[in-house]
Amino acid sequence: MPLPAVQESYSGRVNEVTLGGGTRKKQVTIGGAKTIVYGGDRTVTGRRPVIAIDVLDAAPQDWAPVLAEAYGNVLSDPAAWAKKAVEEFGADLVCLKFDGIHPDKGNLGAAESVAVTKKVLAAVGVPVILWGSGSDEKDNAVMPKVSEAAKGEKVLLGTVTQDNYKSLTATALADGHFLIAQAPLDINIAKQVNILVSDMGLPLESLVMFQTTGTLGYGMEYAYSIQERERLAALTGDKLMAAPVICDVGYETWRCKESKADLPQWGDAAKRGPLWEATTAVSLLQSGVDIVRMRHPAAVAVVKAYIDSVWGAAT
Amino acid sequence: MIAIGERINGQFTDVKQAIADHDPAAIISLAKRQAEAGAAYLDINVGTAAADQEGTIKWLVEVAQKAVPTPLCLDSQKPQVIKAGLSVCDTARGVLLNSTPLNKKSDPDVLAKYAEMAQSSGGSLIALTMDREGVPQSTDRRVEMAAEILTKCMEIGITPERLFIDPIILPVNVPGAQSQPTNIMAAIDQIRLMSDPPPHITMGLSNVSQGTTERSLINRTFLAMAMAHGADSAIVDVLDDTLVDLVATVEMLMNKQIYSDSFLKAYRSVAGAMH
Repeated sequence: MPLPAVQESYSGRVNEVTLGGGTRKKQVTIGGAKTIVYGGDRTVTGRRPVIAIDVLDAAPQDWAPVLAEAYGNVLSDPAAWAKKAVEEFGADLVCLKFDGIHPDKGNLGAAESVAVTKKVLAAVGVPVILWGSGSDEKDNAVMPKVSEAAKGEKVLLGTVTQDNYKSLTATALADGHFLIAQAPLDINIAKQVNILVSDMGLPLESLVMFQTTGTLGYGMEYAYSIQERERLAALTGDKLMAAPVICDVGYETWRCKESKADLPQWGDAAKRGPLWEATTAVSLLQSGVDIVRMRHPAAVAVVKAYIDSVWGAAT
Repeated sequence: MIAIGERINGQFTDVKQAIADHDPAAIISLAKRQAEAGAAYLDINVGTAAADQEGTIKWLVEVAQKAVPTPLCLDSQKPQVIKAGLSVCDTARGVLLNSTPLNKKSDPDVLAKYAEMAQSSGGSLIALTMDREGVPQSTDRRVEMAAEILTKCMEIGITPERLFIDPIILPVNVPGAQSQPTNIMAAIDQIRLMSDPPPHITMGLSNVSQGTTERSLINRTFLAMAMAHGADSAIVDVLDDTLVDLVATVEMLMNKQIYSDSFLKAYRSVAGAMH
């Protein structure tokens, strides 16, 4: 007896966001899903999720050898790093992460950050994410300058939180960028941040949501279930939760000991970390994610193949 | 919740006056205020304000739909008045016909007439669990009538998503009617099991408190109770802020809206857009 096709249908839709403008040679549109990832009808699964490869503003000091070796000698040259990420590893977006401005990690100033931003923008044609250090005080001082340097490029700026959203929201509004609204594995706060930001006049259609990601073994299932609930809220018509979702798999994976440790009894270190990263990314993608931040090129290749298998090959 | 804004009704003195003066300003204002407050539909009822009910409903429809994009709920017990309203109504945005009993002594086929108008306009229909004998007292009879209504509507092509069952709430102070709220909630429980998805459940909320003291409190409390049993629509005064707060809170407590610290505001910002 043939089984009837099961197709979920929903009244809502994830917002579409088109990143990239100005001197960008490419635009990237994310979102648009009208169903869950395996909801049955491939024509309404929305835009292909995209991969943003991390580029740090200052050479990382604590990266695992397996990860650092994949990049060779570009880690102290963000422009060359970005170029490699796009041209060799197939990044859809470059995520320029300003770790170096953090008071505990170099305390670089706005002038350096603006210079790095300009170099990276000049080196690649894909849209760019500009992501602060996590130090509210330093981000509020530096990110507006960085944003201004990228005016017109329609970048994705990150991140605003419930306790620190005014400065960067005003900046995104002034410079015409998109904004990442962050919540600490908390769907209620996620909604609240969206309300606070939209109250300042930033359209809900300019937002991307970020729940602090957990990697495999470190809370991945919490991130999964919250992202899944966000997606179901969007699909059932909650306009305040209809923003596309970004998650940060690269950073979270490469700080856990299972991906870094040089312990042969845990298996080949050259494969272990990339597998950890790919497994986390593929799992989270099924909860409804539109941008994945990643680091290791071998993991990126696996995840791109997975995305092709579900959403169809890139055009 | 699918809130049907009740204020454009000739029984209210401001609307009656606007109809008498043929003055659109009051109607436009009510349409805008109710739409902003999150009404999913605006009820349009001529009431007893005009002898020419068909001409008057046309005028009200034209004024209201020009003022706001919200779909309308055409409210009359006379099919020809609904028909007149439909003739000028922008049904592309949706329309709700309000309302028909299962049957009437004077018109045994009244349900089919309303259902066919709903079907041909692509709209939705409110049907009351009452018949030629009047409003039933028991739970069972309400459920039985709802089943008959659902079947007849589906035969005509109206799917449960487009059908609103009104189990009819009587004033609680009418002799013998104090058991009705409980019976209605039991009926709602059963009606919602009849199909998947179930038909919507709506009610003319303010009826429950006719002639009582503490009208607002009774209305609000009963709405919360009925929503907990699955009522997902009501004909209400959406300009009553406390009532809207209550609906937002019930939906949040029932896990239909994700909690946020600004959940009351969040509900208002999306309420009208959610349906």
